[in-house]
Amino acid sequence: MVAHAIFFYVFSIIAVISAIMVTVSKNTVHSVFFLILDFISISCLFIMIGAEFLGMIMLIVYVGAVAVLFLFVVMMLNVAQQKNQWFNSESTTSSHIPVGLIISTIIFFELIIVVGGWKYKPELSDQNTTQISNEISNTHSLGQVLYTDYIHIFQISGMILLIAMIGAIVLTFRRREGVKTQSYLKQISRERSEGIEVLEVQSNKGVKIDD
Amino acid sequence: MIEIGLGHYLTLGAVIFSIGVIGIFLNRKNIIVILMSIELILLAVNINLVSFSIYLGDLTGQVFTLFILTVAAAEAAIGLAIIVVYYRNAGTIRVEEIDKLKG
Repeated sequence: MVAHAIFFYVFSIIAVISAIMVTVSKNTVHSVFFLILDFISISCLFIMIGAEFLGMIMLIVYVGAVAVLFLFVVMMLNVAQQKNQWFNSESTTSSHIPVGLIISTIIFFELIIVVGGWKYKPELSDQNTTQISNEISNTHSLGQVLYTDYIHIFQISGMILLIAMIGAIVLTFRRREGVKTQSYLKQISRERSEGIEVLEVQSNKGVKIDD
Repeated sequence: MIEIGLGHYLTLGAVIFSIGVIGIFLNRKNIIVILMSIELILLAVNINLVSFSIYLGDLTGQVFTLFILTVAAAEAAIGLAIIVVYYRNAGTIRVEEIDKLKG
């Protein structure tokens, strides 16, 4: 129990500090690195509390895919020009900073009230739909539920991923002008009649070749 | 303090959620950090779902965390694509200078 507490505090303190660093660090690349650290510590928490499959999936999806995508985009765009200016209110439209602080404090206290408030409704925990059983592993039980009870939502999430892929390709695709590319269709459909031309060359005049 | 219960995990989720909201509101630099703050908010939601799922003995929360992961990945891909297209057209991704819609 003591080990659980120690590991919980270590991972959660690392997670909170790196979440703060994501928002305040001057360099965007550092923000991405702190985001990766945050995801790793949260997935360690997931593994510790007994959701191993989700912890591993978090590592694969977030650290392996999403964070690398962020890194690619940060390095593709020239963010060195867009240096961070924190609280540097040279513009007059900086009135949203205190508003943002107030709103996030209110949200935080609302969530804290919820932490205490769920205890007053203990019948919520009786409405179990799918019990976690201790005989089979976490991955096994997730698989048993995911492909039977939630198969339609599973298919819809696959469709969402497909549509997101198509949307990202359509958004970023562009046809560039002036790039010499090979067109197989043009090459194959070339005929002899348009390839060569027989000319009658008159003497002392030569041939003019159109280009 | 030593006994780690559901309240600790929910508090951690609340703290990370609030940091994400602060990051959205107080951001003065490029818009990529706003996307990262949205990822932080989704992460906090995932923490809440998983801890409720474990402490109530109900597997549904973990299933929905899986779907939130899917949607978050799709959202990150689309958002970054929009940012790349905007940077190509406007040459900047500073939050202050994105005012084409005069909002």
